[in-house]
Formats: sequence, structure tokens, C-alpha cells
Amino acid sequence: MKWVLDNLDVIAAYTGAHLVQALPPILVAFALSLPLAKLANSRGWLRASVTTTSGLMYAIPSLPLFVLLPGLIGTSVRSPLNISIALSLYGLALMVPTASDAFRSVSGDVLGSATAQGYAPAARFLQVELPLAGPVLLAGVRVVAVSTISLVTVGGVLGVPSLGMLFTDGVRRGIVAEIAAGIVVTAALALLTDALLVLLGRVIMPWTRRQEGRRP
Amino acid sequence: MNQNPFLQSLHWLAESSRWSGPDGIPIRTLEHLGYTALGVVVAALLAIPLGLAVGHTGRFKGLAVATAGAARALPTLGLVTLFALLMGIGLTAPLLSFVILAIPSLLAGAYSAIESADPATVDAARAQGMTELQILTRVELPLGMPLLIGGVRGATVQVVATAMLAAYVGNGGLGRYIFQGLGSQNYPQMIAGSLLVIALALLLDLALLLLQRLTGPRSARTP
Repeated sequence: MKWVLDNLDVIAAYTGAHLVQALPPILVAFALSLPLAKLANSRGWLRASVTTTSGLMYAIPSLPLFVLLPGLIGTSVRSPLNISIALSLYGLALMVPTASDAFRSVSGDVLGSATAQGYAPAARFLQVELPLAGPVLLAGVRVVAVSTISLVTVGGVLGVPSLGMLFTDGVRRGIVAEIAAGIVVTAALALLTDALLVLLGRVIMPWTRRQEGRRP
Repeated sequence: MNQNPFLQSLHWLAESSRWSGPDGIPIRTLEHLGYTALGVVVAALLAIPLGLAVGHTGRFKGLAVATAGAARALPTLGLVTLFALLMGIGLTAPLLSFVILAIPSLLAGAYSAIESADPATVDAARAQGMTELQILTRVELPLGMPLLIGGVRGATVQVVATAMLAAYVGNGGLGRYIFQGLGSQNYPQMIAGSLLVIALALLLDLALLLLQRLTGPRSARTP
């Protein structure tokens, strides 16, 4: 406990670095998954191969990916950017199949009605399809957010500053409190982000809130 | 000198000395497989009966879902280093972290497998006079087998990745090559180690995917 109180500034700095690496991949995975999922849904074979590729991508452990990427795209093993790019790939691997399912769950009759009512394609997507796919998309983003925030710590073994450094430094210097603080702050950050996403979902999709209340 | 690191890593892999001795690729691969198998089996012994009970009775489902969700927020490296510090060198510390990290997928796989059975089918079995245990083992389990194997698959992928981090705190396995390479700034060796782990992870994943397909009920396999 004394270590934690003496090193609040260190923890704060690592938390900041952690968020800088974790938040962009979550946003990138969400934003890119929408067009990619729409594209995948437009062709049956493309959808099947996207599902397979995503599954295989997810089986690749994070550390080897962090090590391989620099050789492929020229980033540095010790750079935060390298971690963020790798985590964006994992986020996409999880998010594209989810978004593809989300859009497929929207009834074709509803989309047809919207078209008949005079919705232009872009408006139909933004005002009808996206809100209806919303709850499933939100569920996907929540999983991506929690696992991304947790995975950033792995970069610590490569010397990339994040809350993971509390683990590598703690084990090197034999300070249990430092490692415990790292676990608690990382998990808290993940669960807090998750809670914020749930809250955001209730604000922008108020109808899901009412449905939850009515469910027996 | 400025050769492609991937070509250099192939040279590293091709050296015959890499393929024998205690730090050789076969031994390190076996160590890695051993850690993974041990972690998944111990976790399965704990989580699968529990998951089956939760799925069959429908009790404590909320708790099981919440536990599985919260466990995803736990940083793997944190657990590995914490246990290494608390329990010292040896297999107990990494094994404990493997088990903790494998439990959520197994638990989720087991209860969703049982839950996936059509309630009408389960009631029909009950009406025919099957005991609850018979319903579980002869109706719900065979129907949900692909989902259960799916849980094993998720757990295996998780433990293969974590087994690599165990090398960071002095254990064997394929992670050794990456950390040795990091220490001696030998990037080709790090790539070689990474390729070996990825190959192992993908092979295990594909083998379990195949098993998942094979255990599916025949009617579900034909579209």
C-alpha cells in the first residue's frame, strides 16, 4: 500500500499512456467494422472468408503479433503505435463478424418499408438500419473495449509504457503491491469503460432501456 | 548485412542445433503443449461440471455470466507476474494463472451448451421417464457438444498465449525464444519464436474447430 501512495504519479502516467494506446484501436475497430461488415454481407463467399479469417486472427497470441508487425509494416517493437495497430487488428477480428451479424439481424421487410417510404440509401442506413443493429453492435464494442484495455499490458514485456510496466517492474523489484495496483487499475479501467459504453447505449438508444424493463 | 529479418529468422529456424537439446525447438514445443494441456484440463475439471450444473438447473446463471465477463478484464500478464512473485519459481504459479484464465471460456461454453437444447426436446425426454442425469448426458450434452468444444477452443487459445508470458518469469515453453531474443536484441530469433507459437496456436485452434464440426448433430450440419 505504501508503494501505491508513494507512486501515484507513476500510476497516473502509465494510466494515461495506457489509454492513449487502448482507445484508438477501440474506435478504429468500431468505425472500420461498419463498412467492412456491409461489404462482407453483400457477398456470401466474402462473408464466409471474413468469418474464417477473423477466427484465425483471434487465435494468434498477442505477443507474437506485436513482434511480427514491425517486420511487416516497419513500426518499432518498442513503439506504442505498434501495440495500437496490433490491437486494432484484434478489435476488427472481433467486431467485423459481430457487425455482420448485427446488420443481418435487421429485417429485410423493415428496410423495404423504409425504402418505400422514400428513405434515400444513406438516410436509410443511418436512421433505420444502424439504430436497429445498435444493440448487437454495442455488445461487440463492449467486448472489444474490455479485451483491448487488458491486452495493452502485454506490451510491458517489450518495454512499451503502459500499466503493464507495473507488472514487469514489480516482478523485477519484487514489489507485490506494484503488481496488485497494476491489476486493479487495469481491471477498473476496463470495467469503467464498459459501464460508460452501457450508459452511452442507453442514452443514444433509449428504446433498449424500456425493453429491458419490460422483459419478464 | 541489412537482410530481411524474416529470411534471417528462417535461417535461425533451419540451423540443426535448434532442433535438439533442452533449449531445442522440440523440447520447448512439448513444454508449451504440456503447459497448455495441463492448464486446460485442470480448468475443465473445475469449470465444466459447474457450467453443466448452471446450464441444467438455470440457477446462478447471472453470476456465471458476470464472472465470465469480469474475468475478461483481468490482465494476463498481471496474474502471471503476481503469482510468480507470491509463489516463486516453479510450475504452480503459471499453472494457477492458466487455470484462472481458462475457466471463463469453459464455464460459458458448458452452460451455453446445455442452454442451447430446445426446451421442448428436454421436456419430451422428461416425459419419457428419463432421469435428470440421463437428460443431461444423453440429450442436452450431445446436442450442445459443439458449443462445449467451442469453450475448450477459446480456453486453449487463451492458455497458449499465456503460456508464452510464463517464460517471462523463468519458465520454459516457446516464449523463451522471444524473451532471449529481446534480451540480446536478436530480432530474427524473436520472429522465429513468434512464428513457432503462432503455428502451434493455429494448429490447436484448427484441430479443435474440426472436432467442433465433427461433434455437431447431423441435422445441424446439413444446411
